Amino acid sequence: MVILEFFLVLIGITALGLLYGGIARKWSARIQRRYGPPFYQNFLDVFKLLGKKNTKSHGVMFALGPVIAFTGIILSLFFLPLGNSRPLLSFEGDIFVLFYLLVIAPLGMALGAGEAANPNATIGIARGLTLMLGYELIFFLSAIAVMVKFNTASLWKIVEIQGTFPKWNLFPFFLSAFAGLIALQGMMGEKPFDLIVAPHEIASGPMVEYNGKYLGLLQLYHAIAIVVETGLFVNVFLGGGSILTFILKTFFVFMLAVTIDNIMPRFRIGQAVKFYWKYPLIISLLGILVVFIWR
Amino acid sequence: MGLFRWSQSRSLWMMHFCTGCGAVEMPPTMTSRYDMERFGIIPMATPRQADILLITGYLTVKTLKRVVRSYEQMADPKYVIGFGSCTINGGMYWDSYNTVKQLDLYIPVDLYIAGCMPRPDSIIDAFVKLREMIAKGEANGWKRYRENLEWYRTNQAKVFNVEKWSAIEP
Repeated sequence: MVILEFFLVLIGITALGLLYGGIARKWSARIQRRYGPPFYQNFLDVFKLLGKKNTKSHGVMFALGPVIAFTGIILSLFFLPLGNSRPLLSFEGDIFVLFYLLVIAPLGMALGAGEAANPNATIGIARGLTLMLGYELIFFLSAIAVMVKFNTASLWKIVEIQGTFPKWNLFPFFLSAFAGLIALQGMMGEKPFDLIVAPHEIASGPMVEYNGKYLGLLQLYHAIAIVVETGLFVNVFLGGGSILTFILKTFFVFMLAVTIDNIMPRFRIGQAVKFYWKYPLIISLLGILVVFIWR
Repeated sequence: MGLFRWSQSRSLWMMHFCTGCGAVEMPPTMTSRYDMERFGIIPMATPRQADILLITGYLTVKTLKRVVRSYEQMADPKYVIGFGSCTINGGMYWDSYNTVKQLDLYIPVDLYIAGCMPRPDSIIDAFVKLREMIAKGEANGWKRYRENLEWYRTNQAKVFNVEKWSAIEP
């Protein structure tokens, strides 16, 4: 029964992520004064990629890379509360596990793309793992402010304690939430920090050699990752509520990121890490300081 | 099978191999004015991920080597669009010693866009036509290439002035 429920959640989240991606493409098209693709375009892309005839593999690890990424993101779904519905696994400290699981996917991609031995892929991997030093730190520090205040490290408890609308963590912890939002931009690879998959610069980075079914799997991974990453932010800062409000909130956070993506140029990797370790770091540290004073 | 073919016709990722002057017509086709993304067609950075290979303009013998190589790196099903008169009969380079006159001899072309230069309207028109052809199962240049590989290889070797030529294996 639990397994069946989880599969339903998995399929639902995947469809939701693909839908978000499609609406985001439409939305950026409207910002650029274009008509844009239909909102179900990402479904078509995935179907097409999965139906490709021959796919070139560069070795065992190359084929396993997307599988590892996909597995990592599915595992992280176990720990993600969807609104008021309790996640499959929740214990004291599961937020650390969730952070750890989010790292599996980039590592899997790095192992897989590394075997392709394409210089563009290598540059993309190096940038991705370096950028991680930036956004992981900031996101973690902004979550720590909440953890210290509530004296718990369980994502489910954080959702439970903060409750619905006027009691959102966003209002008391606005400094941390702001830093978290900046970290989320990098985590999702949206524009000031889209240097991992910079298509005009390094030909879509780690994905440069992936084709056909592997690329389809990576698209599915990306769709789930959108919901998991925005969901993480929503759970920590935007409170609980029914599943419907969870969907609305993740949608809003994602659309905010896409809008920022559309009006920003791209950082170089050095600039990106420098930026992260300067202003968002100060903001998130101030957020922790505020918690200690307020206590 | 129907679902896959339908989604294939609705989602085409394009690698525009910008040779010659044809490349200048691509930016207006991609951007706000003519917006080809509304047909699900977006430019892709690498041949591995692409479905359409768009050859914009004349090909020198040297470039043709790269084109064949890129074409063979693409995953089936894949489609080639010849863009402009140069790919059909050489166009204004008809008497040049160094350009390829007829692209169809070396890689299978599914669709030609005539004109020098074709306007973005006719490029969009070609994409819509290709979409219909894929939905009906008529765009099978990639099958032709597999079936007549020896013939294409002979033609390629002849123009490259070598005994035997193969794109993937050096």
